[in-house]
Amino acid sequence: MDSEKEERISIKIKVLFFARARDLTGMTDMSLEVSPGTTALGCLDKVITKFPGLEEIRNCMVLALNEEYTPESTVVKDRDELALIPPISGG
Amino acid sequence: MDSGGERLTASEIHTELASLQTAKAAIDERISTLESLLKNITTEDESETASSTPAAAETPLTGQLTADMIYRYSRHLLLPSFGVEAQSNLLNSSVLVIGAGGLGSPALLYLAACGFGRVGIVDHDVVELNNLHRQIIHTEAYIGRSKVESAAATCRAINSTVRIVEHKEAFRTSNALDIMKKYDIVVDATDNAPSRYMISDCCVVLGKPLISGAALGLEGQLTVYNYNGGPCYRCLFPTPPPTTACQRCADSGVLGVVPGIIGCLQALEAIKVAGAVGEPLSGRMLLLDALSARIRIVKIRGRSLQCEACGENAPMTEEQFRNFDYEKFTQSPLSTSPLKLDLLPEDARITSKEYYEKNIKGEAHVLIDVRPAHHYKIISLPNSLNIPLSSLEQRLSEISEALGRKEESASLYVVCRRGNDSQRAVQYLRGAGFNLAKDIIGGLESWAHDVDPKFPTY
Ligand SMILES: [Zn+2]
Repeated sequence: MDSEKEERISIKIKVLFFARARDLTGMTDMSLEVSPGTTALGCLDKVITKFPGLEEIRNCMVLALNEEYTPESTVVKDRDELALIPPISGG
Repeated sequence: MDSGGERLTASEIHTELASLQTAKAAIDERISTLESLLKNITTEDESETASSTPAAAETPLTGQLTADMIYRYSRHLLLPSFGVEAQSNLLNSSVLVIGAGGLGSPALLYLAACGFGRVGIVDHDVVELNNLHRQIIHTEAYIGRSKVESAAATCRAINSTVRIVEHKEAFRTSNALDIMKKYDIVVDATDNAPSRYMISDCCVVLGKPLISGAALGLEGQLTVYNYNGGPCYRCLFPTPPPTTACQRCADSGVLGVVPGIIGCLQALEAIKVAGAVGEPLSGRMLLLDALSARIRIVKIRGRSLQCEACGENAPMTEEQFRNFDYEKFTQSPLSTSPLKLDLLPEDARITSKEYYEKNIKGEAHVLIDVRPAHHYKIISLPNSLNIPLSSLEQRLSEISEALGRKEESASLYVVCRRGNDSQRAVQYLRGAGFNLAKDIIGGLESWAHDVDPKFPTY
């Protein structure tokens, strides 16, 4: 019973894409449903599964949770905002 | 040796070109090394003569503003949080702007206007017509001339009391330390990944604050690095992006005012750092999203102890910096010259002139233009069929149909802007059974260059 209950509770976060991540996904943001306890890394993996093109910049971007730098191990909460920020080099 | 009557095959020409280009790069490197050596000798001479003559009367002592300065900078002096103190700090500071392009243009205008004591400009490019929509320091009269000369002339016209120093050379590991040593603050206004790593490392080695800005498309980024124990560029991005992710304004486009905004913000941060006012954007990154009119400021990580440049264990030395190969590290060239692929055998290629002749003779063929649709809308060759490279796989049937409408032996040609994507497309098409597909070498640029000089380029 408990596990069934848990399955029903999922949390929703917003993923923001910048620069190259925007080109590769074709969107500026998306909503992502994950189970409680998912880390920032877990969310990133899920997003990359959805958009495999993102793999090319996975090691070269800043990951920010609610506008603050976050280690990949941080557990996300409902309505968090996770931003994928690859560097721009143009000028 | 070979003389006028020589006949070289394309591959011989490619080989010779490649070896000449390598030799040219080595010569450029040497020239730059020698120039910096010479400059050191000249500066030593200068300082010798300077010590024997009295200091120039025009130069105000710290904290003392001349009457003209008081009038010129009065609106700064009236700001309670800025005032005489910050203005004097500016007058006693020097700033180096690397890149006189989209970011450097507005940054330099403000840095010269606001009263820095000395402003250095580094660039090796010349002004081109397609720069002017965003590189607002340059005017039509300077097309074809050095960007540094052009920018310096504008800066002097705005403020003749600032010392403008012209560095008409590419910023390289061989001259970087010598140039940067003479300045207090560095503004990175370049347009490529290897320069960004090189400039950041050089700032770490010399302990200079770095005002780093970038812009592409409709987005911009801004951060102050290596300031007051804050992180450097490498702390944030220890791994360079793959070549495919490094986009250039020349390929992806940029809305002119976007680098304009970021360049202005770079000037603002340089003024704050030099004037010692406010809170510089260190440990934070500003993200400009022009389309949605949104600016976000994200708190970024602190200094990384493992950083290869500024880390605790092995801070980078001048020696290591000089020997670091930034082009190899980022796998992209320091110069902005576009990539030139060579993927196909000779018999899978045709020059734009050859295509022109075949077309004139009425050879039955289908011409596929694999550029993105918005490029195709700018200009295209008559009777070409636009199938962007990204959708080629799904639209093969359209090519078969087009060929079906022609006679049995119709040829299949592929064109793009510069001749890289057309090679990728031909490689794919040949694998998919279109064994006769050929690409037009050098794309529409070669068409404009070799066949129709009136054909628009972009
Ligand atoms: Zn660092």
